[in-house]
Amino acid sequence: MSSPITPEQGSGQLTQSRIDQPVDPLADPVPGHIGGQMYDQISSQDAEKTNGLDVEEERRARQARIVSIARWALPSLLLVILVGSWQAYVTLAEVPHYILPSPVRIAQTLVQDWGILWPALLATARLTFLALLFAIIGGLLLAVAFTQSKWAELAMFPYAVILQVTPVVAIAPLLQIYVDSAFVAALLCAWLVAFFPILANTTIGLKSADHNLRDLFRIYGASRWQTLRLLTGPSALPFFLGGLKIAGGLALIGAVVAEFVIGRAGTGLGLASTLLEASYRFNFGRLYAALILISLMGVAIFGLMSLISYLLLFRWHESALKRES
Amino acid sequence: MTSSAREPLGQRPELLRMSRIGKTFGGQVVALNDLSLSVQQGDFISLLGPSGCGKSTALRLIANLIQPTAGSIEWQGGQGEGDLGVVFQEPTLMPWARVKDNVWLPFRLRGQSYSSVADKIERALSLVGLQDFKDAFPRELSGGMKMRVSIARALVTRPRLILMDEPFAALDEITRHKLNNDLLSLRESIGCTVIFVTHSVFESVFLSDRIVVMAASPGRVVGELTVDAPYPRSDAFRTSAEYAASASEASAMLVRAMEHAA
Repeated sequence: MSSPITPEQGSGQLTQSRIDQPVDPLADPVPGHIGGQMYDQISSQDAEKTNGLDVEEERRARQARIVSIARWALPSLLLVILVGSWQAYVTLAEVPHYILPSPVRIAQTLVQDWGILWPALLATARLTFLALLFAIIGGLLLAVAFTQSKWAELAMFPYAVILQVTPVVAIAPLLQIYVDSAFVAALLCAWLVAFFPILANTTIGLKSADHNLRDLFRIYGASRWQTLRLLTGPSALPFFLGGLKIAGGLALIGAVVAEFVIGRAGTGLGLASTLLEASYRFNFGRLYAALILISLMGVAIFGLMSLISYLLLFRWHESALKRES
Repeated sequence: MTSSAREPLGQRPELLRMSRIGKTFGGQVVALNDLSLSVQQGDFISLLGPSGCGKSTALRLIANLIQPTAGSIEWQGGQGEGDLGVVFQEPTLMPWARVKDNVWLPFRLRGQSYSSVADKIERALSLVGLQDFKDAFPRELSGGMKMRVSIARALVTRPRLILMDEPFAALDEITRHKLNNDLLSLRESIGCTVIFVTHSVFESVFLSDRIVVMAASPGRVVGELTVDAPYPRSDAFRTSAEYAASASEASAMLVRAMEHAA
């Protein structure tokens, strides 16, 4: 019997312990730690084994340690340089704050206007996440319908594409006319943008199940529901999660666009309306503060989606596979 | 049925009869022409031939994945649940499921809970030597081990017939030998009937007691030979005169068929 593919095959001690505990050499001891922290773990593991390493591997381990530090240090350094020069330029050139506020002033605004910004952030977050939630529900249901019934797909797919390619900015004013509630109109806007990547990705995913496995399910007399739950659903999961990452970002963009277009009626309370209002008032400190918060929210959404994706896939999917060398 | 209880060829009860099977794809491509085969209980039949000879089509017909254009396939006593196990050329495991859950699949699709069949799953895994890996995910296993899981899944329901579609073709020669040996001893212990598709003359001679030689365009049977060497067969059989004789006979049949085609 051939042995499992493990990186530590050469070491007698490790092989011994592997016989007692044969499972999961790839399991992450701390699931959920992504990005830089994972690199830390790899390099510290490498450090423990240094005794048995040859020159090349030692160099590689050292390289990994350096990269893990640089991953955080370099962007931070760049940030300090950029913000520092900005502050210096505004101070030395005496730029008026209604042209370009200094970083210090923006930070002050963030604190002083927190009473306005925080509720705005919550409103935008609520709009974004509701839109994303409905996009997930709608995208998944439609994708399942498409793959269960060829007729449904033939009939509806062209319209899904049309909805997607029509710029949401062009649809928003219509929604404002026909939908009484500004919130619902904004939600529809954001939903329209976010649902297509989920639909398209999940549809491809549901169709990409292994053909032999499909045959096997047929041979064993699996029902449609069993095939969906045990075969095509899990096969579609990585595709769905890829779509989710895109949809998360698009939901925020959709929410911001909706607030810009629909919130102008004076009903909007979100970050984008706050930003727009601040620009009318030449309150550039608040404008920048709102902009920073929107960016941070986008980053947070991306991070959250990546985390969800990692947690669901790290045990089995190629995309989460860690490779030695 | 064990080897000692196995009756001589031709005197075993019939399991499956294929009568004058034909399969044409798209009204033009004749994948299989006039195939008749009587499968008897305890047979190890190899379908041997080059690509395009319709041997995989024959398996898909038996598995009821496609319908024949002509002819019929009859199971003696009808085909019951779990009567059929299949091993494909690829291991065809669900990558998101642990080894034990992959082997559970045939039962699970019949609505049987894991706990109710846990002992059968354990036994199937120990038969293929993977009892220590039941909690592993497929990607942690080597190619040969994945194929063993696939075999465990095929035999866990104790099927009357196992179809194998070039299961070891993608493995290296050494692993392949080992798995051939293991497959035979496995069959000694559970005594199922096997139809094995291969394009390797040597593999077919080592494994089977009946070899159906097939040729391409159109896919058809050009002859059948029996390998009389008794089971269990060991590595020593690979160097015996009987092995060499059967291999050259099968090769000659293949060559004649190719010459006719050309």
